Amino acid sequence: MAPDPKTNIDPYTGTPTTGHEWDGLQELNTPLPRWWLWLFYATIIWAVGYWIAYPAWPLFASYSQGVFGWHSRNAIVTDLNSLKTQRGPLMDKLAAASLTEIVADPQLLDFARAVGKSAFAENCAPCHGAGGGGAKGYPNLNDDNWLWGGKLADIQQTITHGVRADDDKTRMGSMPAFGRDGMLKRDEISAVADYVRSLNGLPTPNANLTLGQKVFADNCAVCHGPAAKGNRELGAPNLTSGIWLYGDSKALIMEAVSNGRGAMMPAWGGRLDPTTIKALSVYVYSFGGGEK
Amino acid sequence: MYMDRNLASASPTPEPIDETPLYAAHRTLYPQSVKGTYRTIKWVVLVATLAIYYLLPFVRFDRGPNAPHQAVLIDLPGRRFYFFFIEIWPQEVYYLTGLLILAAVILFLMNAVAGRVWCGYLCPQTVWTDLFYAIERLVEGDRREHMLRDQAPWSIDKVSRKAIKHFLWLMVAWWTGGAWVLYFADAPTLVKDLATGQAPFIAYAWIGILTFTTYTLAGHMREQVCLYMCPWPRIQAALTDEHALNVTYRYDRGEPRGSVKKNAQLRAQGLPAGDCVDCLQCVNVCPTGVDIRDGASLGCIQCGLCIDACDAVMEKVGHPTRLIAYDTDLNVRRRLEHKPTSIHIVRARTLVYAAIIAIVGAIMLTTLATRASVGVNLMHDRNPMFVRLSDGAIRNAYTVRILNKQTDPRRFAFAVEGIAGATVDIVGIPTPPDGDLAIEVGPDQTREFRVLVTARQPPKEETSPITFTVVDRNTGEAARAFDHFFAP
Repeated sequence: MAPDPKTNIDPYTGTPTTGHEWDGLQELNTPLPRWWLWLFYATIIWAVGYWIAYPAWPLFASYSQGVFGWHSRNAIVTDLNSLKTQRGPLMDKLAAASLTEIVADPQLLDFARAVGKSAFAENCAPCHGAGGGGAKGYPNLNDDNWLWGGKLADIQQTITHGVRADDDKTRMGSMPAFGRDGMLKRDEISAVADYVRSLNGLPTPNANLTLGQKVFADNCAVCHGPAAKGNRELGAPNLTSGIWLYGDSKALIMEAVSNGRGAMMPAWGGRLDPTTIKALSVYVYSFGGGEK
Repeated sequence: MYMDRNLASASPTPEPIDETPLYAAHRTLYPQSVKGTYRTIKWVVLVATLAIYYLLPFVRFDRGPNAPHQAVLIDLPGRRFYFFFIEIWPQEVYYLTGLLILAAVILFLMNAVAGRVWCGYLCPQTVWTDLFYAIERLVEGDRREHMLRDQAPWSIDKVSRKAIKHFLWLMVAWWTGGAWVLYFADAPTLVKDLATGQAPFIAYAWIGILTFTTYTLAGHMREQVCLYMCPWPRIQAALTDEHALNVTYRYDRGEPRGSVKKNAQLRAQGLPAGDCVDCLQCVNVCPTGVDIRDGASLGCIQCGLCIDACDAVMEKVGHPTRLIAYDTDLNVRRRLEHKPTSIHIVRARTLVYAAIIAIVGAIMLTTLATRASVGVNLMHDRNPMFVRLSDGAIRNAYTVRILNKQTDPRRFAFAVEGIAGATVDIVGIPTPPDGDLAIEVGPDQTREFRVLVTARQPPKEETSPITFTVVDRNTGEAARAFDHFFAP
């Protein structure tokens, strides 16, 4: 039964229809409550108030600032300051304590590792990897093989002043380019590479180890030591540890002897505050390779 | 058909199509006070639920020296939920899932048994609106008096009554907001802090928000919440069936309705006459303003107040009571067809709901009863997966977290098994000379540390299973975690 054409009332429900018809069907008119409309107006008024109170409209060169002067950067500064206040007591303790004191105090150690972890992720992870696992040319910080020393103070010194960095106290030492600069001939380089491999028990087919040993004693032992155990004063790696910064293939070792090596690490002293560097040192130390 | 009677109540004035109202104007309701069985039940439920809500935060429960003494406490900063003897940690939020499932299925069961019994008696919107109506009647008088005064011109009496009513409403609303925040902190301390202005801003803000919502929803929105805002009436309509007991106008008995006199005349002439005397008492007492005689509807919250109102009238005019009663439309139709009526509370639907409730409840109780008070979580280092040391040994590093869910500090023995001859070092916890590691974890706390497992003779396999065991030194309660040891 169709709605009454005069009253527009649907006979089944007693409700008026909207009068619109689609394929013989009419929609019942169940109007929204009027307060719903008021709420809609209220949101419009709210929006206008919001435009006035907060930054909202793009202008030609700038944007409308809002009467409260609210700015997302200020909000972050406020948050950071409240964070600093919260961390204040522990941060002060961290700043005052020596590295060995930090490691001896479980609470301070946990805190330093937490601070160090975020600082590491931000500053160190791009080269050394998220967990300090290292990569070719970037030392693995988890092992017990240290170029410049693995004691807490050594690590702090390296982070603060860097390696071959633009810093007065930076770690200095260089591997000369024996081949490129004409100090060694190609067969000598080949022999010394074989000799270094033999120290680690790696296969050295058709090698002239006698020549290699002689070349090593004459040229390399000055820095790497007569037993090839390295010298941390100069950052000369231990060549018998089985741990390689660039790789243990003969070609890579020959490349190192021919062209030298001289990777650098920035000095973080000017960029990070001393407390953060302290925390970083403790964090790196606690990767597992730290030396007593 | 029965539905056609709606035509009688529809507006007879023809309206041009273009002037159909786009928005419905609000109709102020003046529900009349009523006495009877269902009104008494509603009073009891109102007092009981509000007493629980307002007073529960003050109930104390002794959990020992290292835990709060509040029986029900949501400790947001400490990430703990306390409910009498139950304490829930954030990772046990599945209890909340279980509670929500239970709540939903119990609601469905209520619906299968007696329709919108939740809406009529237990819903906070109903309870607070009921309370606000009671205050309104107390100050502005019952239906007739209130309506007359509202129609009368403004007077000092009218203004002062309205002012008192809104003041009382705001007081109740304020107390409602005040009780809410007490669930989130030690109640007596917070009450003192609130009174002396020492409480955190967030506490005042929440009291303000809940004062506003209570005042608005229970004082002004009332039935509009049920009609326009609440999803349950819509869901309920889709979930219900013909056997659910609803507040039902028994039109088999009531129709044709008419005044006492008119129907008496009809009866005298041997014509059909119903018991409904069309006194509109059922409409007058309705808190949502529906006419139950139109059948179950979206607006009907099934509170049963119309039953009480109708019963009073039926007694007065000498008809049997329960012209309106908890019944089903199916039974009404059966009576019209002179068939026996029946009520099926126990049927497949209710049995399935009850079974789901029992199963979920049993699972939750079992997990609660067997809840371990110690746990160990384990995460293997990802970069690097393993480290080769200069002597050829292989080291794996793990981040281990021990959970102590008891309110006393505990000492745990810590052992790693699976890698022959491996040495275990914990960063920050020196291994004692006898090699017997013991880790102290504070009351109701977790402790995280870094564990280094070094194998002098590394396993030949690329990965070998490894087990970390944590054992309470005193009780022997143990927790285990499994991972792998990686080697080249």
